[in-house]
Amino acid sequence: MKIDAANLDFEQLNKALKNVQGDSIVDNCLGQRFIGVKRNSGKLTLNGTPGNALGAYLDGAVIEVFGNAQDAVGDTMNDGKIIIHGSAGDALGLAMRGGEIYVKENAGYRAGIHMKEYQEKKPVIVIGGSAGSFLGEYMAGGLIIVLGLGATKLPLKNFTGTGMHGGKMIVRTKQLPEGLPPQVSAAKASMADLQEILPYLTQFSALFTISLTPKKEDFFVLKPNAKNPYTKLYTEN
Amino acid sequence: MAINFLYPEYEIVRKESRCIACRACENQCAHGAHEFLADKGVMTCDESKCVNCHRCVCICPTRALKIVKSGNAYKQNANWGQRTVDELYRQADSGGVLLSSMGNPQNYPVYFDKILLNASQVTNPSIDPLREPMETRCALGAKPHRIERDKKGNIKNNLPPQLKLSMPILFSAMSYGSISYNAHESLARAAQELGIYYNTGEGGLHEDFYKYGKNTVVQVASGRFGVHSGYLNAGAAVEIKMGQGAKPGIGGHLPGTKIVGDIARTRMIPEGTDAISPAPHHDIYSIEDLRQLVYSLKEATDYKLPVIVKIAAVHNITAIASGIARSGADIIAIDGFRGGTGAAPTRIRDHVGIPIELALASVDKRLRDEGIRDNVSLVVGGSIRSSADIVKAVALGADAVYIASAALLALGCHLCRSCQTGKCNWGIATQIPQLTKRLNPDIGCKRLVNLLSAWKHEIQEMMGGMGINSIEALKGNRLMLRGIGLNERELAVLGIKHAGE
Ligand code: SF4
Ligand code: SF4
Ligand code: SF4
Repeated sequence: MKIDAANLDFEQLNKALKNVQGDSIVDNCLGQRFIGVKRNSGKLTLNGTPGNALGAYLDGAVIEVFGNAQDAVGDTMNDGKIIIHGSAGDALGLAMRGGEIYVKENAGYRAGIHMKEYQEKKPVIVIGGSAGSFLGEYMAGGLIIVLGLGATKLPLKNFTGTGMHGGKMIVRTKQLPEGLPPQVSAAKASMADLQEILPYLTQFSALFTISLTPKKEDFFVLKPNAKNPYTKLYTEN
Repeated sequence: MAINFLYPEYEIVRKESRCIACRACENQCAHGAHEFLADKGVMTCDESKCVNCHRCVCICPTRALKIVKSGNAYKQNANWGQRTVDELYRQADSGGVLLSSMGNPQNYPVYFDKILLNASQVTNPSIDPLREPMETRCALGAKPHRIERDKKGNIKNNLPPQLKLSMPILFSAMSYGSISYNAHESLARAAQELGIYYNTGEGGLHEDFYKYGKNTVVQVASGRFGVHSGYLNAGAAVEIKMGQGAKPGIGGHLPGTKIVGDIARTRMIPEGTDAISPAPHHDIYSIEDLRQLVYSLKEATDYKLPVIVKIAAVHNITAIASGIARSGADIIAIDGFRGGTGAAPTRIRDHVGIPIELALASVDKRLRDEGIRDNVSLVVGGSIRSSADIVKAVALGADAVYIASAALLALGCHLCRSCQTGKCNWGIATQIPQLTKRLNPDIGCKRLVNLLSAWKHEIQEMMGGMGINSIEALKGNRLMLRGIGLNERELAVLGIKHAGE
């Protein structure tokens, strides 16, 4: 089914989408919020620029955006896949707990903030270009991959991983990030790390037809120093 | 060894003539304060371990035990009180931020205790609730501003989703993790039996409790623990937690030691990991951003459930509430500075925020002045201790109240304020199996039902005394209130007259 969103506000568009089972194509997306909220099956193809909270609480559907996306893509997403042929705004994958997000270009501030995981449920974000400040802040689980394609310097900004206490970030960069917060430790990627990200890199290449030749020397891994970063902060009273 | 500056605050007094050395106290004290000396055949104790929870006192079969305030005293000093000195010693020892629990215990004015209720005499006769119908039911949610009709002239049902309560009381948020499975079960079952609601708190919803969904408010906090589409649609309302009265402006932190088994699964984080709720929601920096979360939750629940926004009572509460009333939220919950907590930094708990009575009176007035009072219902918490507090809160403008500490007291809590230790001897704020099994949900549920049934009857009696036969007619009826011992400013903020006026 094909929907022209040109003259629809978010409630009208989302109502129209809720009535459709299976795959849909939306043309002329123009900032409508909450597209694909909690969708659990089928595929949504979006042409244009969807608004904030795209695919919030997503529960299994696939969303592909031909254009850029705005803030809070995949907020608290549980399952499924979001593919963005462009850049994403702030708070990408906020508190995400399952599924995969692929961004061809860059992500704004606070991507992957408070991501979590439990047993087999492990969310993944792949950012093709660079990530903004506060990447993976309070991260409690999951995997963030930053490829730095087209970046001339470090594809990370400030305060990466503040309060991180779970999960992993793997960044393609020659230079070790400086000034990382004390909760984060950085090391060269191992063969096992590379193995872990290969399936996602293969997907990325296929989705965006970009060829990658990953070598473990090109990657750094950021991990939390402890599961309980703040235990020593308190005294009982 | 370094000298310990701290002398125990309480003494365990054992009447030796009564003690039969049954060792029940030793067995019951998870803090290890009691000990049996096998060689001498007598009991001894170490007061420094006692948190004054009264478990042993209640359990002792011969009433041999009592806990009394230690007579040991520092040199009298009106400025450097004992508590101030002890806390300083504690920090000099450990270098840590002081961590406490339950509500603010400091000696600030309790405005509920300085407000008196009216009763009818001679004219407008009082109503006897035993003989006459007395309505305590209420509905929470936005109310339409006008009647709409369809083309045929019939009235359209334009009522947004509502929570329907048999009395103006809800159990407020306490997460599974901060309190035990049995405590949650007691609350859920009591809510169902009473026709009211309990609140999951921010720890997600255990699969066993989905069946109480009709009486459940599910919470979404900054950590988004256990939040997914099934969870959001399992309850009768969704609450966005922006703040909590015991710790306005800061987040939550459930230590990894409490993240075990089911709790890890319900929160969706690995066992042993700290559950950190950041201070802000990282997607909310304005009312417009809040509106985005409100509507993403409405979209996710197909506009069938009311959305509650919970905030702590702070200085600019009126402006904040006015913004929230325009955000699309259906209900605003305000938590006063005496509200309880499973753990909060002591300084924040004791020094940040304002009393709920003042916050409520100002917010209700502001929303009425702006003509947006019907956009939202107001639920207030932060130390509602009795049915009289509820009647006063409703007369100050609340639609309903949230209770938590009072509910825990019904379950056995003795306000020892040691929840942060995770060793609650009453089986409430703990996850240790030997302790949690001490709280029997059958009995817990019964005690909660008892308490609120009694309160309901008391509310009816107080209303009847005023000649009012429905809770709706009491709402915002400040003429039923008089202040006692309050100054002009306080009376003005509360919007009430002084007794005798
Ligand atoms: S429970 Fe009472 S009787 Fe039993 S050992 Fe303790 S103090 Fe003595
Ligand atoms: S902590 Fe509780 S059970 Fe233990 S000695 Fe003190 S009052 Fe008794
Ligand atoms: S819940 Fe338990 S630990 Fe917390 S104050 Fe009450 S009795 Fe003490």
